[in-house]
Amino acid sequence: MDNGTLLEVKGLKKYFPLKKGFLRKQGGYLKAVDGVDLTIQKGETLGLVGESGCGKTTLGRCILRLEEPTEGEIYFEHSNILSYPPRKMRRLRQQMQIIFQDPYSSLDPRKTAGHIIKEPFAIHGTLPRQERKEKVKKLVEVVGLLPEHLDRYPHEFSGGQRQRIGVARALALNPKFVIADEPVSALDVSIQAQILNLLVELQRQFDLTYLFISHALNVVRHISNRVAVMYVGRIVELATTRALFVRPLHPYTEALMMAAPIPNPLKRKEKAPLEGDVPSPIEVPPGCSFHPRCSYRVKICMEQAPFLNEIETGHWVACHFPGKRNHRPT
Amino acid sequence: MSSIRGQKGDCFRVVESKRMNDHLLQVKNLHTYFYTHDGIAKAVDGIDFTLDRGETLGLVGESGCGKSVTARSILQLIQQPPGKIVKGEILFDGQDLLNLTPGQMRKIRGNRISMIFQEPMTSLNPVFSIGDQMTESIRLHQGLSRQQALERSIDMLKEVAIPDPEKRIREYPHQLSGGMRQRVMIAMALSCDPEILIADEPTTALDVTIQAQILYLMNRVKQEFNASVLLITHDLGVIAEMAETVAVMYMGRIVEYAEVVKLFSDPRHPYTVGLMNSIPPMEEETVSEGRMLKTIPGVVPSLLSLPEGCTFRDRCFRAKKECGEKTPPLISLEPHHKVACWLYG
Repeated sequence: MDNGTLLEVKGLKKYFPLKKGFLRKQGGYLKAVDGVDLTIQKGETLGLVGESGCGKTTLGRCILRLEEPTEGEIYFEHSNILSYPPRKMRRLRQQMQIIFQDPYSSLDPRKTAGHIIKEPFAIHGTLPRQERKEKVKKLVEVVGLLPEHLDRYPHEFSGGQRQRIGVARALALNPKFVIADEPVSALDVSIQAQILNLLVELQRQFDLTYLFISHALNVVRHISNRVAVMYVGRIVELATTRALFVRPLHPYTEALMMAAPIPNPLKRKEKAPLEGDVPSPIEVPPGCSFHPRCSYRVKICMEQAPFLNEIETGHWVACHFPGKRNHRPT
Repeated sequence: MSSIRGQKGDCFRVVESKRMNDHLLQVKNLHTYFYTHDGIAKAVDGIDFTLDRGETLGLVGESGCGKSVTARSILQLIQQPPGKIVKGEILFDGQDLLNLTPGQMRKIRGNRISMIFQEPMTSLNPVFSIGDQMTESIRLHQGLSRQQALERSIDMLKEVAIPDPEKRIREYPHQLSGGMRQRVMIAMALSCDPEILIADEPTTALDVTIQAQILYLMNRVKQEFNASVLLITHDLGVIAEMAETVAVMYMGRIVEYAEVVKLFSDPRHPYTVGLMNSIPPMEEETVSEGRMLKTIPGVVPSLLSLPEGCTFRDRCFRAKKECGEKTPPLISLEPHHKVACWLYG
């Protein structure tokens, strides 16, 4: 899988300023993404998993500069895209596309499927008009829709079909990199499986690199080569899918896996689940942000935030006592 | 425990349970249709199931299969028109709920049968405090004073592990997180000590660690309160975690009905098999390299134009000629395992 780096993110931060009180004075920040480093190799699928509000979507949007990061660097093919002027950025977006979560709200209800899929060509003017029609037809076929669907409006499609339109639109300009933001969360299981298979097939066919954002562990595990786990704006663990799922080193990753219901009635959970709620990104706890919920916490966890360290080759963990929980100092 | 239970009187309960038959709830040949401008949507089209005392029955299926309509039919929460319970019986404790007057039904709803809804955001009223909403049903059904009802509400909040319940009870829904709201819903549903708890996708809107907390809580209170649970979900994982018996629904009908271990170890209906294959596995030691899932082809047909015969036929890889002719009945393969498929008929 080591075909070189396609995307590199360094120290990325995105703070949303909060307004307080009657005079709307500046008061504090919502730290959606709070210092993320990560690289994505060409041709791989990096899964990004975490619970709602952990910043995974904001991170994805920052990478495409749909959201302007507060701090940090983003290198796409070794060039810092945060320094790009708007025009150049727009041209670059042909290479980077996104598939949105909600196939119900991400398609314009007043445009036909054909129009929606054709729009990227109109915006970027990459294809002569007469060729566009051909290309759209081809795209529709690739994502498993029929040519007669082109004249229909979004409301005439089922959720799965709408997501196929979203995929076709994202692929229209032959991107290298696609961010899939919870692409199957709104779909029924049988349809979810169809879309997952489609994404895998397209990746092979078009040499795509994915950043696959999801809260569903089994989906991420299924589709990813490597997985990053996010918690309150930071990556707490990053490893190959196999290493992460066979031997999770961060207690949060472990808790996530424990919590996921397994479709096997013989393996019911007896253990009490992880307590507490995800902290608000407005009031992040001091030290390790996971410490209020962590059953292994000691004093240092409440005072010092751990850095993301490479514990084993390719296995990064942000924890003071990664995977050594049984012999931690007391 | 007894201090917050037993408002109805424990001795009454004993007498009551003696004259009771085995099945607490028995749904027979239920049909709920919706009369729309485009035609009749047969949301529930002839289903039968039973729920015993202390049992957890899981109703599983994809969106539009009729599982929520089934639950709402039991409590008669179907909006009418366009909906209507066309046919069938819903026997609760030997009594057909469909024959009750609205007044009699109100005495059962929220009292002996209560319900938890999917969306904890929208199922609590944003302009009333948690206390106001909780005491409403307690005062109505149990005739307690305001102060007593408030005390009982606080006890119930403690029961569902809400920290600092005296403070929380004065707060409004927007001040609570999703998981906390769902706990309030559960406390509210349990506050009148119901015999049946209907939970309609109780954890679908929640994060996975919060889901685990709520499922754990539901299992605990179910045992503590000795309630029967009708659990409605699309998630086979949740079913495996919670249910004792499972009914798989497709297009308004039950296609397979089995004890939970049996269903997962030996699914018989092609739809059940397809559903199980569609879930990316979590258990195998190695991560699947081929990365292709077996899928069910096609999409769910429209309720307004259901195909003749078996409704799953067009998506079924084992369909044969007779599947297009007659609807397969739910037949027993062995005790506690029924399936509606012509492969076994």
